[in-house]
Amino acid sequence: MGRLLAIAIWVITLLSVWMFVSGKWWFPASISAHGPRYDSQFLITIIVVGISFTAAQVGLGWAVWKFRDNAGAQRAAYSHGNNRLEVIWTIVTAVIFISLAVMGQRVWASLHLYSAPPGSLQVEVVAQQFSWNFHYAGKDKAFGRTDPNLIDDAALNFVGLDETDPNSKDDAVVSTLVIPVDRPVELILRSKDVTHSFWVPQLRFKQDLVPGMNIRVHFTAVKTGKYELACAELCGMNHYKMKSYLLVLPGNEFDELAALPQAQFQTRKDELLNKYQLPTY
Amino acid sequence: MAEATHEEVHRHPAPTSFIRKYIFSLDHKVIGIQYILLALSAVVVGMIMSVLMRVNLSWPGTHIKIMETLFPQGAPAGVMTPEFYLSLVTMHGTIMVFFVLTTAPQGGFGNYFLPIQIGADDMAFPTLNMMSFWVTFVGFVVILMAIFAEGNATVGGWFTKLGESFAGGSGTVGPIGGWTGYPPLSALGKIAGPGQGAGLNLWIISIAIFCVGSLLGALNFITTLLNMRTRGMSMMRMPLTCWAWFTTAILALLSFPVLLGGGILLLLDRIAGTSFFIPGGLYVSGSLVPLHNGGSPLLWQHLFWFFGHPEVYIAILPGMGATSHILSTFARKPVFGYRAMVFAIFAIGMLGFFVWGHHMFMSGMSPYSAIAFSILTLSIGVPSAIKTFNWLGTLWGAKIRFTTPMLFSIGFVSLFVAGGITGLVLGQSSLDFFFHDTYFVTAHFHLVMGVASIFGMFAATYFWFPKMFGRMMHEGIGKIHFWITFLGVYAIFIPFHAMGMLGMPRRYARFDEYEFLKQSHGLVLFVTVAAIITVIAQVLFYFNFIWSIWKGARASDNPWEATTLEWSIPSPPPHDNFAGRVPVVHHGPYEFSVPGAPNDFIMQTEPQGAET
Repeated sequence: MGRLLAIAIWVITLLSVWMFVSGKWWFPASISAHGPRYDSQFLITIIVVGISFTAAQVGLGWAVWKFRDNAGAQRAAYSHGNNRLEVIWTIVTAVIFISLAVMGQRVWASLHLYSAPPGSLQVEVVAQQFSWNFHYAGKDKAFGRTDPNLIDDAALNFVGLDETDPNSKDDAVVSTLVIPVDRPVELILRSKDVTHSFWVPQLRFKQDLVPGMNIRVHFTAVKTGKYELACAELCGMNHYKMKSYLLVLPGNEFDELAALPQAQFQTRKDELLNKYQLPTY
Repeated sequence: MAEATHEEVHRHPAPTSFIRKYIFSLDHKVIGIQYILLALSAVVVGMIMSVLMRVNLSWPGTHIKIMETLFPQGAPAGVMTPEFYLSLVTMHGTIMVFFVLTTAPQGGFGNYFLPIQIGADDMAFPTLNMMSFWVTFVGFVVILMAIFAEGNATVGGWFTKLGESFAGGSGTVGPIGGWTGYPPLSALGKIAGPGQGAGLNLWIISIAIFCVGSLLGALNFITTLLNMRTRGMSMMRMPLTCWAWFTTAILALLSFPVLLGGGILLLLDRIAGTSFFIPGGLYVSGSLVPLHNGGSPLLWQHLFWFFGHPEVYIAILPGMGATSHILSTFARKPVFGYRAMVFAIFAIGMLGFFVWGHHMFMSGMSPYSAIAFSILTLSIGVPSAIKTFNWLGTLWGAKIRFTTPMLFSIGFVSLFVAGGITGLVLGQSSLDFFFHDTYFVTAHFHLVMGVASIFGMFAATYFWFPKMFGRMMHEGIGKIHFWITFLGVYAIFIPFHAMGMLGMPRRYARFDEYEFLKQSHGLVLFVTVAAIITVIAQVLFYFNFIWSIWKGARASDNPWEATTLEWSIPSPPPHDNFAGRVPVVHHGPYEFSVPGAPNDFIMQTEPQGAET
């Protein structure tokens, strides 16, 4: 039984490690400036995880193989432990784990502890059950006033934009997130009803949208294309299809689009959405 | 150290009537078995739900005749709706976490064996003990009511009479909110969608009742352990199981009140118009939400996870205790580093109170606190690694007996490592940008708090069954059960990591809306098949359990040649455990293979040899 168990544990270990190493199931390629740093931090972590996992499982398998009850041995060894080993082991793991934890703050800090660089494109993201609205400030770079009392889904005023405010004259509210490539983007995230979460796997980025809060985050996309945007926080019955797209455009195409008056903006955006294809997975 | 002076004080006579003996019993042993039976019933409900979820994910649109009969609204023509699926997610999580993982390890085995292992004749407060079980039982009945209050139009109609917020019959089998029940979704009532009426109210009420039951139990455990240890049973001579139950009780005592408070506030938001968790200016289902202002959705998350993280350890610490105990017994070796094990249990328990924020990295809380939570979270890896190291140390140089409980204990170590180690990924705030709310998380917590804990309980059941019922469980069936379950759970939960790598979000009723999820199809199917086989294999366990109560081979007092006090008394033990005498302890709990001793084990009560 001991040998069988050891083999089972080793085979499970081998298959688990293979699942990661084979590369068959890996992240979709990253498209954000912080993506490569994210991926290398993950790689370091998963290597530490893989080594610890394998060492522990191989050790466990070895123990049950070697020390299975054989008629030969009179009795088990009598030992209450070894303090020296215990201390060494504790220090080694503490150093490795805490170092990982500290290293693991870098990407976080770069996105969360610094405010968006000047000149970032600001987009207000307003989530609702079960769709996304993206509010652009337009040429004047000033968002029109919004007020929950003015929200009227039936009249298509999804974010409660105050039409009487001069700043809102050139504002656009669309259902696709369109951003320029290689330029920092600051999102101002809020929700109309319940908690949602902004999730684009290729961006290596996720952030909840919480009712009552305006959460600011920033990132830079470095590759043009069309990507799926999903909701990652349970928000009700149609959570699984609260879907939109992130469209990353070359700078000139984006500027062209942003300069259009609102009516044409919509048509042109749909054209562009068709032009760009989803990456092949 | 407190010595036993309780002989006269706590004695209660053996009951004679059926009701006082088996139903409203004051005997900790009967109450322990009641908890175990409650968990064994609840886990069936939870498992059926998980199979239904898997069927929906792999073969959406499957007609299931019985669902059409039971839930004509939620499963029209027997086909599950997305909201029905989400309510299954919620109820599966709630029932498993509260009524299985919190009842059997602590209320069940802890109740039965803690008093005996410290040489007491019962718990400190037998009446409180009885109440804690029956309060918990009422909580279970209430959560079951939520299934039908939402799922059945007739039953739903009865609840609707209680008022607007109790509107039922929306076609789900409980609320839609996950076991975490985040507001505002959970606070707004039926305008937020199906499942948010009676189902959610009953869900909160059930959890609140459960909190009360757990609190009563925790008080009892702590008092009993501190005050009722028998002569010679110093703290450092206690079996590691007792240390685990003791730490768990402290965690429960400090964390359940917070959830209870949070639950009451959430209920008030729903039925009394308060705004603890509901901010102003919400626009839901086409209209502005009136009369609410100033609440904070994040407040609930803090309260919930202040409880929710210690809860993880409430589920697994007793399993660690049982595993340490059983590994030592069948390795025929003392536990490697007993003292380090005690400190590690305590360190895990205490650190567990300072890491709740790692569930909230993406929530919008302060990014500075996320850094603190992240570093504290990875520090928990240190005492966890100490435990793993010491389990391997216990096996090193052993003379292992591969009984069924030993197999499950070795399985526990393997699963604990497999599940726990990915905490190094998920505990880093940066890496959570990708993995938060993906199947990677589902893989992590199912392996470590779900399956590893359950393996601890399987080990405990096979190990202590002879003591509890005076008969052995069938070893052959037990071993088949182990093999299918061990391979099965790995086949289910390791592929979850791969799904997480693809970015698959949790709590999705379907995966066909997104291109980036299409390549997961094969994995999803593989997991479903593995899950169905594993669940069916549990029939072996139930059969073995029931059959062995009456037909198992007779057990001697000490069939495993173990050392602790429960093996010094008859199987099953008499009403007052030690038949009126006070056991005297001379040795530590794990004196196996002592050189020069006549047997390869020295019982704690044996006066021979030097005191250890």
